[in-house]
Amino acid sequence: MNLEFSEEQLFIRNQARAFLSQESSADVVRSVIDTETSFDQTLWQKIVDLGWTAMSIPETYGGLGLGYLELCVIAEELGRSLAPVPFSSSVYLATEAIKSWGTEAQKQHYLPKLAAGKLIGTLAINEGLGAQSVAMRIIDGKACGGKIPVPDGDIADFVIMTARDENNRVGLYVVDLTDIAITREVVASMDPTRSQARVTCDATPAQALGEAGEAQLTELLDRAAVLLAFEQIGGCQAALDMGIAYTKERFAFGRAIASFQAIKHKFADMYVALELARANAYYGVCALSSDAPDLPLAAAVARVSATDAYYLISKENIQAHGGMGFTWEFDCHLYYRRAQLLSGLIGTQLTWKENITQRLL
Amino acid sequence: MDFQDTPELAAFRSDVKTWLDANATPRTDKLHMGMEGDTAFHEAKAWYKKKADDGFACLTWPKEYGGAGLTSLHEVVWTQEVEHYKTRDAHFVIGIGNCGPAIMHFASEDMKRQLLPRMASAEDVWCQLFSEPSAGSDVAGLRTRAEFDGDKWILNGQKIWTSGAQYSDYGVVLTRNDPTISKYRGLTLFMIDMRQSGVEVRPIKQMDGGGHFNEVFFHDAIVPDDYRLGEVGGGWTGALTVLMSERLAISGVQPTGFPQFLDLVKSLELNGQPIANDPIVRDRLATWYSQYAGLQAVNKRMLTAVAKGGIAGAEASLGKLIGAVMNQEIANFACQIFGPAGIIQDAQLSPERAHFQEQVLFSPGVRLAGGTDEVMRNILAEQVLGLPQEPRADKGIAFQDIPTAPV
Repeated sequence: MNLEFSEEQLFIRNQARAFLSQESSADVVRSVIDTETSFDQTLWQKIVDLGWTAMSIPETYGGLGLGYLELCVIAEELGRSLAPVPFSSSVYLATEAIKSWGTEAQKQHYLPKLAAGKLIGTLAINEGLGAQSVAMRIIDGKACGGKIPVPDGDIADFVIMTARDENNRVGLYVVDLTDIAITREVVASMDPTRSQARVTCDATPAQALGEAGEAQLTELLDRAAVLLAFEQIGGCQAALDMGIAYTKERFAFGRAIASFQAIKHKFADMYVALELARANAYYGVCALSSDAPDLPLAAAVARVSATDAYYLISKENIQAHGGMGFTWEFDCHLYYRRAQLLSGLIGTQLTWKENITQRLL
Repeated sequence: MDFQDTPELAAFRSDVKTWLDANATPRTDKLHMGMEGDTAFHEAKAWYKKKADDGFACLTWPKEYGGAGLTSLHEVVWTQEVEHYKTRDAHFVIGIGNCGPAIMHFASEDMKRQLLPRMASAEDVWCQLFSEPSAGSDVAGLRTRAEFDGDKWILNGQKIWTSGAQYSDYGVVLTRNDPTISKYRGLTLFMIDMRQSGVEVRPIKQMDGGGHFNEVFFHDAIVPDDYRLGEVGGGWTGALTVLMSERLAISGVQPTGFPQFLDLVKSLELNGQPIANDPIVRDRLATWYSQYAGLQAVNKRMLTAVAKGGIAGAEASLGKLIGAVMNQEIANFACQIFGPAGIIQDAQLSPERAHFQEQVLFSPGVRLAGGTDEVMRNILAEQVLGLPQEPRADKGIAFQDIPTAPV
């Protein structure tokens, strides 16, 4: 039994950390907010140039043929640096879906372009308030209906979406977002470092993603849950480090506030939540990379504990900063916002806790 | 990353299973195995002797000291497998887990060969005597005096919370040899013969009615100088050695109450409905499972580090902290599920033979024993996260000048 990354994987992580600390600094993240752009194109291009979008794509389709272990060490660093790029949408969701269930023609068309960053993809499974539901229709090969929120829906080139066919069966469909029969608009969100859109299809041509249906969607979301958990623990670690650094330097009543047990115990609880989440994420990616039968349960657990940890740590980091934590100027709110975003992307705690229960009983 | 045993561990696991099948009775439920009573004690002694005779006791100890000369990972395999059987495996965990390493580290070679094999086979039973009425979380504030007299030491004072003292042949005792210097430098560690007239053991009745612990009084108890463990004044270092080695030993076996709760949710029906259909029950099950799974994964990461030659660090404190709290919360929630009848604590009438009611009353002790929740949080904050200590009123002065409660 071995639940640690290899030297090679840790090397990739360190390289990614060094790169992102330069290229996805707080200034870069904030410029996306201040300029009201949807993502940082320069950073995205550099990420493409480093081959990260190609990592999990087989070599025969223009990728690097690496595994989930390599992908999740990158995910952790993207989360740590709050990288304002559509990586999760395009890589964990769209690329995974096409790679796993696309027809040969779809793989040949999309995968090399995804690898080379010439296309950005995303996944659209939400239709307003509540957990996933599917009213989007496919009639004569054309999609009718709306999806909201669609992460990166305003900038992606294509989307994998859930829709019902004439027999009411839910399937996954590929839709070109640049089609004239598509309307898309940006919607305001709690985390402006990552964009969200409303996508409306009005008899838009839609191609079935192979035979993929609800079972495949579940599998796709399970895999994404593990990868997103790494983004979440990366963010947790950054917010925890930020709070520790601040409370060691901030003096009140003649001493560093980090020396008060009220502060220390708060950080101990944050650390515990993070270590549980981290261990669950490691277990999850081990199950993912070895295709273990308990992946569905392990993925749900990784998701739930990472979401809990990021909420706890990002809110208590604000608290530990006192009034300064509530200012726009301090970065505390960026982690808090990102925690909210990541907790929603592929279903909230209500959905994933129910997944745990169903898979356990 | 992978989930596989190495070939060596797989072979060992198979040996363990074969031996347990031949020598132990499989468990039929996951209920708490009580440790109380003389019968349980004698059963446990017999079981340990059998283990030792067949080479399964103290797996990580060298063979010449009664162990099997194997690794911590073998120990983990044993722990995982023995859980499926009705055994009294936990009975001597403090003697073997805490006192053993101290003797291994500090005693003379002759002493080790004389004492350790008898400890490993539970022919001699050991207890640890650290805590005192005025030295709990601040254990270095202890007051039991050790005074040197020619070739021996004379002990006077009182210990408390001593598990198994009534059954013990020997103890490892931390004493104050010099109150005129700073508190951490005036301590000395000894082995002590518990079967002497100067040692008096009195049982403590716990809030749940049980009696795991004792008070131990020393009235001019005699300790020969060759029972000293480490240097005079080196007791604190020795005590830390003892407490460090406890971490890995308890990290994998900390009860959480989760397996019992899962069994309950799977089996109990109320008013004709499985409780598993209740949305609140489902939510709690998921929350606790994510923590329970997290603890197991934390432990697997720690074992990975140990397998690569590392040691269990202060990180192990989180297992104690999470497990103890979860155990109490689960027990309380289960009794809420039972409705007003949850108040009934009767093995015939209450679900799972009143396990949850027992745990409601026992679990507060788990949050205190072996380091309170608060001490665990301090350890994590200071030793892992590097946060500064509180200002202290006991530094830079002699032990005897440290402020105490007004008399």
